[in-house]
Order: sequence, then C-alpha cells, then structure tokens
Amino acid sequence: MLIPLTQVNSQSETEVETAPVLTEDDDPTASTDEDVPWIVLVWNDPINLMSYVTHVLQKLFGYSTEKATQLMLDVHNKGRAVVSNGTREKAELDVFRLHEYGLWATMQKDS
Amino acid sequence: MFFDRRFRVKRNGNVEIKITEDERQLLSSLIEQLRELVLSTAPEGAVDPSLRRLYPAAYANDDQHEVEYQRSMRDQLLERRLSHLDAVETTLDDPELNQETLNYWIMSINDLRLVLGTHLDVSEEDEPNFLDDDDPQQHQSAIYHYLSHLLGELVEVANN
Repeated sequence: MLIPLTQVNSQSETEVETAPVLTEDDDPTASTDEDVPWIVLVWNDPINLMSYVTHVLQKLFGYSTEKATQLMLDVHNKGRAVVSNGTREKAELDVFRLHEYGLWATMQKDS
Repeated sequence: MFFDRRFRVKRNGNVEIKITEDERQLLSSLIEQLRELVLSTAPEGAVDPSLRRLYPAAYANDDQHEVEYQRSMRDQLLERRLSHLDAVETTLDDPELNQETLNYWIMSINDLRLVLGTHLDVSEEDEPNFLDDDDPQQHQSAIYHYLSHLLGELVEVANN
C-alpha cells in the first residue's frame, strides 16, 4: 500500500525528536543551513517499477548499475534510501529532479 | 509465431518504435487526459487526489521550508510535466526517437502510471487480473498494466 504522506511526516519527526541536535532556536550560534549537510531520501512506493527507479538513479546521479541497483533494493526492502547529500540548495535541486521523474523523494538535515 | 521487438536501438543511437496504431491512439488519448487533469488542478493547494504522487512534499519535517519550496517549485514542476507531454504528443507518430525524446516518453508514461496507480490504489502485491469483466475499474487496470509493460520495455532500451 502507498504510505500516506502524514505517516512519512510523523515517522520523520520521531527520528528528529530522538536525535541529539540543537535547533537554531536553541542556540543562536548554531550552524546555518549552509553549513549543515542535507540528505535526500527516496521512499518505497508500490507504483514505480524497480527497473525504472534504478534507471532514474543512474541517469540523475551517474551511479553505476551496481550502486543504483543496491539503492533501489534498499528502497524496496527497507522502505527508503539516502540517494544524495549536500547543501540545502543542492538537495532541493536533487529533490526537484527526482520529483520530475515521479520518484517519491524528500530531504532533511543529516543527523 | 515470431516475436518482433517493438523497440530497437539503431546504430545512430536512435530508438526504432514499432507499436500499433491502436497503441498510438491510446497513448495520445491518455496524454490529452493527463494534460487536462494537471491543468485543471493548477491553482496552489487544490490537488486532485489522483495527482498527489506528482507533487510530493520535499521537506519531510519542515513546514516553513516546505511552503517556500512549493511556492517556488510547484509551477516549474507543472511546466516541465506539460513540456514532456507536448514532446511525446508531437513524436507519437514518429518511426524512431532520439535519446532525449525517448526520455520524455519514459517520464510521461511513468506520470500516467502514477496517476492511474494512485487512482486504482495499487499495492505491492497487485498482479494483472483480467478475469472479472464486471469490475468497473477493469479497463483502467488493463491500461495501467499495459503502461507498466511498455515502460519496462522503454527503460530496457534506454539502458542499452
């Protein structure tokens, strides 16, 4: 079944709550968005074909067949995989390109 | 009976397309319907449930950034989708596609699958079932599985 979006949010929030990370509100000297690495996740969904997901990861990120296949299998078996990382701007661009291909991608601060 | 491959990479890198007239007409009709659907829900916030997979949230746990992201990127995503559909529509009758156009076919056919699959509430275990002719979703389901098959073939040829 397609996981409702609200479930993704609550799942992710749980992870953030348990992570020992200071928010910018807690500490005015905390690092800015530019300094904190962001990760881009692709989530499992019942519609996208496995061969299609592998194809897109190769095409967008230049990954080898082996790496793209392993990431696709992680998505399929574990429910998600980190497919790229970088600055917030880079992560936004990657998410946009993944959405353009119809993959279910989100981004969040690495923790 | 001899099975002829429907897609074949030529020496010049283009892909030869051998699909029937019926298939081309079906794709043409589906693309037109998808264009109408995405345009009908263009205003911010008003998304047809079948389209939710075309516009996922970018920020999983950051509402403020998410609002900003959707404000700046949502229309761009819509424009890209429409331009892909246009590219497919104008090449539907072509005997062969270059790699760039092939990619637009792949993206648009996947968009169609996302909308149909969401509408049909497809699950991981779903297999084609063509036995129940009384099922009102039978026709859509058959199209969905046809598109899955077609996409699989196109991805395979794109990887060659």
